[in-house]
Amino acid sequence: MASQQTATVQAAQPLTLDGVTHSYGTGFAVDNVTLEVKGGELVALLGPSGCGKTTLLRIVAGFISQTNGKVIIGDRSIDELPPNRREIGIVFQNYALFPHMTVAENIAYGLAARGESRAVQADRVAEMLATVRMEGFADRKPRQLSGGQQQRVALARALAIRPRILLLDEPFAALDKNLRLDMQIEIKRLQRQFSLTAIMVTHDQDEAMSIADRIAVMSHGKIEQLGSPVEIYDEPATLFVNNFIGSSNLLKGRVEAIGPEGYRVALESGAVWKLTSKGRFEAGAPVLVSVRPEQMVLADEAAPDRLPVALKLSLPIGGALIHDATAAGGEAMKIAMPRRPGALSTGPGTAFAALAPHARPSLFPAASS
Amino acid sequence: MSAAAAATGASPVRDAVEWRLAAPLGLTYVVFFAAPFLILLGISFYADAEQTRLGFDSWVKFYTDAFYLKVIFDTLKLGVFAVVATTILAYPLALVFRASSSRMQRVLIFIILMPLLTSVVIRTFAWIVILAREGVINQTLMGLGLTATPLNLLQTELGLVLALTQIEMPLMLLPLLAIMNQLDQNLIDASRALGASKWRTFFRVILPLTLPGWIAGATLVFASATTAFISQSVIGGARLVYLPALIWQQSMVVYNWPFAAVASLTLLFTVLTGIMALSWLGRFARTT
Repeated sequence: MASQQTATVQAAQPLTLDGVTHSYGTGFAVDNVTLEVKGGELVALLGPSGCGKTTLLRIVAGFISQTNGKVIIGDRSIDELPPNRREIGIVFQNYALFPHMTVAENIAYGLAARGESRAVQADRVAEMLATVRMEGFADRKPRQLSGGQQQRVALARALAIRPRILLLDEPFAALDKNLRLDMQIEIKRLQRQFSLTAIMVTHDQDEAMSIADRIAVMSHGKIEQLGSPVEIYDEPATLFVNNFIGSSNLLKGRVEAIGPEGYRVALESGAVWKLTSKGRFEAGAPVLVSVRPEQMVLADEAAPDRLPVALKLSLPIGGALIHDATAAGGEAMKIAMPRRPGALSTGPGTAFAALAPHARPSLFPAASS
Repeated sequence: MSAAAAATGASPVRDAVEWRLAAPLGLTYVVFFAAPFLILLGISFYADAEQTRLGFDSWVKFYTDAFYLKVIFDTLKLGVFAVVATTILAYPLALVFRASSSRMQRVLIFIILMPLLTSVVIRTFAWIVILAREGVINQTLMGLGLTATPLNLLQTELGLVLALTQIEMPLMLLPLLAIMNQLDQNLIDASRALGASKWRTFFRVILPLTLPGWIAGATLVFASATTAFISQSVIGGARLVYLPALIWQQSMVVYNWPFAAVASLTLLFTVLTGIMALSWLGRFARTT
C-alpha cells in the first residue's frame, strides 16, 4: 500500500494554448484561443454544444491539427507530435474502454504499447486498481461494470501511463446524479495526487464550478471569460456568461447619474439602485441590470429602492423558497429566499423586491432600441 | 404489451411464435432441398454407373485416387486464396470508407455494389479480355517492355484468383463495411492517446472488434469461390479442375451419377468445413 503513495510524481507541467485557431471551411470552430493552464491546475472549458470546447480538446490530444496557433507543454511545442507521442491521458465521455479486453488488459494497454515488461505492467495495473479502489475487478470485462466503475477504470487506464496532461471529456455526463459528486471528488483527488495539469470539457456549470480551479467560458469558438468559479459567478464579464452561468434576473434600466460611489440606475419597473461596475457607462445610457435570485429579498412596504412585483407562485426547493414573480415592467423574475422552518409557500399577491445587503448586481450595456 | 416487453429487454411474457409463418419456405426447403439431398446421398451408395448394385465403390474410388484428392485440395486452396486476396484488399478500403464523409460513403457503396448489377457470366468474360494473351494486361506489360512474350494468365490459378477476387469482393466488403462503420471512434482515439501506433491500434483494437464482420464476409467469399462453376470453368478452362466442374463432367458427360453424387457431397463437406473453421475462429473473436 505504501508503494503507491511513494510513486514518483514528476513536477506538473503547464499547458499553453497560443492563438489556437481551427476553421472548418467556412466558419471558425476555435477562434484564436490563448490559454495558459498552470502546472497542477484544473481548468474547465465550459460552454454550450458547438462552442468549440470539444474541438479544442481534440486539438490538444492531437486528433485534429489546428489551422493556426501552438500547443505547448512545459516549454516545448507538441504540434508536430502524433497523438501516441504526446503522453496525454484522456477520459472519454463514454469511457471508451476496449470491450474485448479485461479491466487489467485495458489498464496495461498503454504500458504494453510502450514496450514495458509484463512484470512492470502487472505492478502498475495492481497499483492503479488500488488507486481507483477497484482491486478484485481485474478480470472483469467492461460490460460487467457499472457506469461509475467504468469511469474509475477509464481513469486508471489514462493515469497508468503517467501522463503529463489529463484531458476529461464530459466525464460525468453519463453518470447518475448521485454518483456524480462522488466521482467529482475522486477525480479531484487523483488529479491532486498525481499532480496533473488537467483540462475538463463540460456543458454543465455545476460540474465546472465544483472541481475546476479556473473556468473558461466559451462561445462561438472564443473564450468569453476566464476566471475562478467565484469570479465567473459573481462578476460575469459579458451578458453571455451572465446568462449561461446560474440563473439571473435581467432588469432594464437607464444610468441616471454617475457618482464617486458608482452609478445610479433607474429601473423601468420603478426602483432606483446605486450600483458599482467595472464597465464604463455614459449618463443616460440604457443598461441591463443582472441580479441573482438569491441576491434579492421581498418586503411588504414600498420604498424608492424597491420595485413592486406580482407574486405568481412560490416553490419550496430544498432550504430555499423560490418566488416566481413579474415586475411592473413585465419582466419575469425569480427571487430565492431562505425558507423559514415550517413555512411552505405563500399565495399569490403583491410584494416589493429589494436588493439583499450583500448583493452585487452586474451591469451590462443594453442594445439601444 | 409486446412492445413494452421488448423495450424492457428480456421478458418471459412474449407472444407465442407463429410457426406457420415459416411454413411456405420450410416446405419449399423440404421438397426442393432436403428430399433431393437424401436422394443424392442414396445415389452415392450405388457401386456402378448404371445404378444396379449397392456398395461403397464410388466413395472408395474417389477417396483413394490421387487425382480426385488433388481436386479437393485445389478447391479448398482456391477458396483460401480468394479469402486472403479479398481480405488484403478489403480492410484498407474499409478503413478509407470509415474515414469518409457520408456523401463519399454513398459513392463508394455504389462503386462497390456495381459489379453485383452485372451478371457473373459477363464479368467472367470481361476477365478473359483482360487476362488473355492479347489482353489488356499483356498488351500493357509488353508495351512497357516489361516482358517480351505474353504471360500466361488464362487457365492459371493466378488469373482465376484475380478474377474471383474482383467478382467476390462485394461479399467481403459489405459485412466488413457495416461493422467498420459502427466501430466507436473513441476506441481508436483512446488507443492512440495511450501511446499505440497506427499499426498497433489496427491489430489490437480495429481488427479484433471487426472480426465478426470479416468472418461473415470470409464465409461468403469462401463458399462462393469454391462453388463458382462459371468462373472456374471459363477462366480455369480444362487445365484446372475443381469440384464443381468435376460434378458437371461426371453427371452430364460421363453419366456416372453415383460418382457425381460422391463429388457433390464432397463439395458440400468442403464448403461446410471452411465455414465451420471460420465460425470456430469466431468463438475466439472477443468482441464483448
